[in-house]
Amino acid sequence: MTVDINHGKNLKAVAHRVDWSPYLAGAGIGVLSWVVFAVVANPIGVTTAFSQLAAGAAVPIFGGEFVAQNTYWQRHPLRLDYGTLFLLGIFLGALASAVVSRTWRVEHVPSVWLERFGPSISKRYAAAFLGGVLAMYGARLAGGCTSGNGISQGLQLAVVGWTFLVVMFSSGLATAWLLFRTSAR
Amino acid sequence: MFPVTGTTALLLAIVFGFAFGWLLHRGRVTNYDVIINQFRLRDFTVLKVMLTAIIVGGLGVMALVDLGAATYHVRDANMLAVVLGATIFGIGMVLYGYCPGTAIAAVATGNVHALVGACGMVFGAILYAFSFDWLLAAILPVWGLGKVTLTTLTGIPALLIFGGLIAGAILLFWSVERRAVAPQ
Repeated sequence: MTVDINHGKNLKAVAHRVDWSPYLAGAGIGVLSWVVFAVVANPIGVTTAFSQLAAGAAVPIFGGEFVAQNTYWQRHPLRLDYGTLFLLGIFLGALASAVVSRTWRVEHVPSVWLERFGPSISKRYAAAFLGGVLAMYGARLAGGCTSGNGISQGLQLAVVGWTFLVVMFSSGLATAWLLFRTSAR
Repeated sequence: MFPVTGTTALLLAIVFGFAFGWLLHRGRVTNYDVIINQFRLRDFTVLKVMLTAIIVGGLGVMALVDLGAATYHVRDANMLAVVLGATIFGIGMVLYGYCPGTAIAAVATGNVHALVGACGMVFGAILYAFSFDWLLAAILPVWGLGKVTLTTLTGIPALLIFGGLIAGAILLFWSVERRAVAPQ
């Protein structure tokens, strides 16, 4: 494997931010898991609540009656509960961290994408949208995302969590190889 | 006293979510390049964050459960659904550059393409709700193992599994840190 020196320097420039060691951030998420398991009995998760919010987006398009009769949304109705407010918290926490560290900035096309696919904003948006569709559908089918399945189920040594981690990572590696392999340039 | 419910729990949801969003940003996993370079094996930040969270979180939660201060929340292992779902998820995550949690955090830090992908996530959630009846009948019951853990499935004690995880993580982190320093 050859080392792309310029690429390494770019990464280093990006890294000049008020960053924590990934081990510290990871340990922080671990400790947060202790707290949520003990205090609210509600492990960290994202996509169940996200689907509830999606019901809100579906109402104006398909009508309230239609959404009310859907089996999935009957089980997970749109409401402000622990899960949906947790998502609001994620947004506020990341916003505060970015503002305080003065790293808040508008980004349309990230640099790794730009190097590979060029500066076209619509191309990047199209991939992001399609990727978002697949990521949410896949997460709901699997029973959770990287947070709810990978971390919260993984830390309980649940079979569902570790199967998710191994399969998701393999699938991601293969996709990244197809999209970003140097011979495809 | 615990678990906390009602309005207090709703306020705590924002506090705990805030902490999670803060940690995701400080751990740099709200950054598209960092996540994609994990899948290109050029930057191991994502694995460092996740494995550390799983090991630290797992040992602590296990201790809390032993002390009677918490209970496990293990979900059903519907194996066909999780294998299919995780495969689709992996493709989506690399196209998007985020997973759902880091996506919300990335939108908050000004990433407009993350916001476009979040609209895609809304669409994906609607598609899921539409196909739920069929999935419930045809996919979710296939190869269902129930609420199993690696311990109940294999009989290997949890502490031993964590010991193996720690050894594996140290070996992985040591080798990638060494590789990261060497070319400089």
